[in-house]
Amino acid sequence: MDREFADGVKVLVPTGSLGAGVREEEIAYGMARGVHAIASDAGSTDSGAAYLATGKSKNNRGAVKRDLRILMQAQAEYGVPIIIGTAGQAGGDLNLDWTRDIVLELAEELGTSPKIALLRSEQDKAVVKQLNGDGRVKPLPPLGPLDDATIDGCDHIVAAMGVEPYVAALEGGADIILGGRSTDTAVLAAFPIWKRAPWGPAWHAGKTGECGAQCTEERESSGVLLTVTADGFEVAPLSDTNFCTPHSVSAHMLYENTDPFRLVEPGGILDVTRARYAQSDARTVRVTGSEWEPRPYTMKLEGAGGGKFQTLMLVGIQDPDVLRDVDGFHERLLKALYARTRSAIPAEELGEFHISLRMYGWNGTTGRPVPEGTPAPPEIGMLFVATADTQDIANSIAHACNPYFFHYPAVMDKELPSYGFAFTPADVPRGQVYEFKLNHIVEVDDWRELIRTEWIDLAETRNVREAVNG
Amino acid sequence: MVKVRDVCRHVRSKNAGPYWVTFDFFFDGPENFEKYHASPALSPELFARLYGTDPALVKHIPVADLNMVKISYPRATPQGGVEERDMHSGQQYVRVLDVELD
Repeated sequence: MDREFADGVKVLVPTGSLGAGVREEEIAYGMARGVHAIASDAGSTDSGAAYLATGKSKNNRGAVKRDLRILMQAQAEYGVPIIIGTAGQAGGDLNLDWTRDIVLELAEELGTSPKIALLRSEQDKAVVKQLNGDGRVKPLPPLGPLDDATIDGCDHIVAAMGVEPYVAALEGGADIILGGRSTDTAVLAAFPIWKRAPWGPAWHAGKTGECGAQCTEERESSGVLLTVTADGFEVAPLSDTNFCTPHSVSAHMLYENTDPFRLVEPGGILDVTRARYAQSDARTVRVTGSEWEPRPYTMKLEGAGGGKFQTLMLVGIQDPDVLRDVDGFHERLLKALYARTRSAIPAEELGEFHISLRMYGWNGTTGRPVPEGTPAPPEIGMLFVATADTQDIANSIAHACNPYFFHYPAVMDKELPSYGFAFTPADVPRGQVYEFKLNHIVEVDDWRELIRTEWIDLAETRNVREAVNG
Repeated sequence: MVKVRDVCRHVRSKNAGPYWVTFDFFFDGPENFEKYHASPALSPELFARLYGTDPALVKHIPVADLNMVKISYPRATPQGGVEERDMHSGQQYVRVLDVELD
C-alpha cells in the first residue's frame, strides 16, 4: 500500500444509487475526515430490463443533476476524483451519454474544468457472436448455450466491468469517471486497489458499501465512509445519528446474492468465509480476514430487448356476488374474454396474443389459489393485461373486451352490473414488454478487448476556446 | 405444529439478478436455527412445488453467525416477462410463512 495511505484509503460512498438523494451535510462530514475518493453506482438490473433496452434512466434528470452538482462541487474544492458506475441506470452507451451530458452541463454552470473518463462497456452484436462462436461465452444457470437469434433479439448488450478500467482511468488522471455497466462492488473497490490496498478487503469494502447506508443499523442516512487498510477495512455511516454493528455489516453480504460467502467478480472471487466483524467504536465496524482468489478473467454479459406490446384496463369491484367467488368469476370472465377477442378480431390480424386478469386484493401478486377458507375481501382491483405483437393489436383486444370487462355478471340471470372504471378512455397503452435475454459470462484475455475509454478534458477545451476567442 | 413464522424473526425474498430469487430466513435465535435450518420442510422440493423451480438448482447456505439460512432458486420465468406480477420478487416470501417445519 502507498505510504501516504498509512491510515488507510478513504472512499466516500454518498448514496446507494446516484439520484437517490445525496445529503450535503454528509458530504461535508466525510470530506472533513480526509476522504480520498467519492464513489457510487448509479443503477442496477433490479428494476427490470426496460432501462437497458431503451437506454433510459429510472431516476429523473433533475434528481441525478442535483446529486452530481453536490459531488462535483466537492470534487472541485477538494481535488478528489468522482467514480460513477453503471451510469444512467443500466450502463449502456445511451445511458452513459445521458449522464455525460448532465456532467458537461454542470461543469459549465459551476465553471469547473474536470478531466472526464468515459468507460464504455456496450458490446457490438457481431463481436458477441464472434466470441460465442469461438466458444468463449458460457451460460450461467438457469440459461443454456447462447444462439445468434438471442443476440439479435437484444436491443443493447453490456459487459459488467471490474476494477481494471477504473484503475486505468485513475492512472490517466481522471477527475470524474463515468462508467458503463460495472459490478457495484468494483466501482467502490477501484480506488483503494489503485493505491495498492490488499484486494480482499478492498473488494469486501466495496460490497459492503454498495447500497450506501443500507449496511448501517438505523438507515437514517444516505452514505457511508469506507477506510481500507493494510489488514482489513472499516465502515461507518456519514451521519452521526446512525451507526454500524457487526450484524448490520455482515448481514449486508446476504443482500441480492445467492451466496453470502463467495462473490464472483471479474478476475476473481471475493471470499468472506473467514471474515471477522468487530465494533471498533460506537459507530464503526472493523472487518478482517476477507480474501481474494484470482481466477481467469471473465465478464458477465447482460442483454435486454423489447418484445410484445401491452394494453391495460383497471376496474374496482365491490359487487358481493363477485367477491363471494373471485376465483370462479376470474375463470369464467377470462374464458369469455378470449372467446370475445377471437370472434371480434380476424385470426390473421390477431396473431399470437395473451390476456391475463389480475385480481388485486385477492391474489393479484401471485396469481395462485388462495388458502381455503380465506374470507371475501371488501373489494378488489381487477387489472386486465392484453399482450400482442403490436400496440395497435393490444389496443384492439382491449377495445373488443371492454364491454365484458365492464359488465360481465357473476350470476348470469341477474341484471348486468357496472364495475368501477378509473379512467376514460378506459384502456391504457403500456408500450413494450422488455426482457433480459442473456445470463452468460465471457472469457477474455484482457479487459481491454471489450472496454473502450474516451477522454473529455475540459481544461484543454477551455484553453482552446480562450485561445480562439483571444 | 411449528410454522416458519413461529421460529423466524424475519423472512425476506429478493431478486438476485434477473434469473434468481433469494430467500433469507432469519431465525429468532441459535436454538431454532440449529433445530430448523436444515429441516426437510425447507428442501428444494418445497421451492419446486411453490415456485415451479428446478429442485436440482436450489442452493441452501446456512450462515451460523447470523442464525439464518439463505435459500435461492432460479425463477420459472425471467424477471419482467408477459405475466410478471412481482418484479423484485419482494413478496414471494409470504407463501413460505405458514410452511410447517415439524
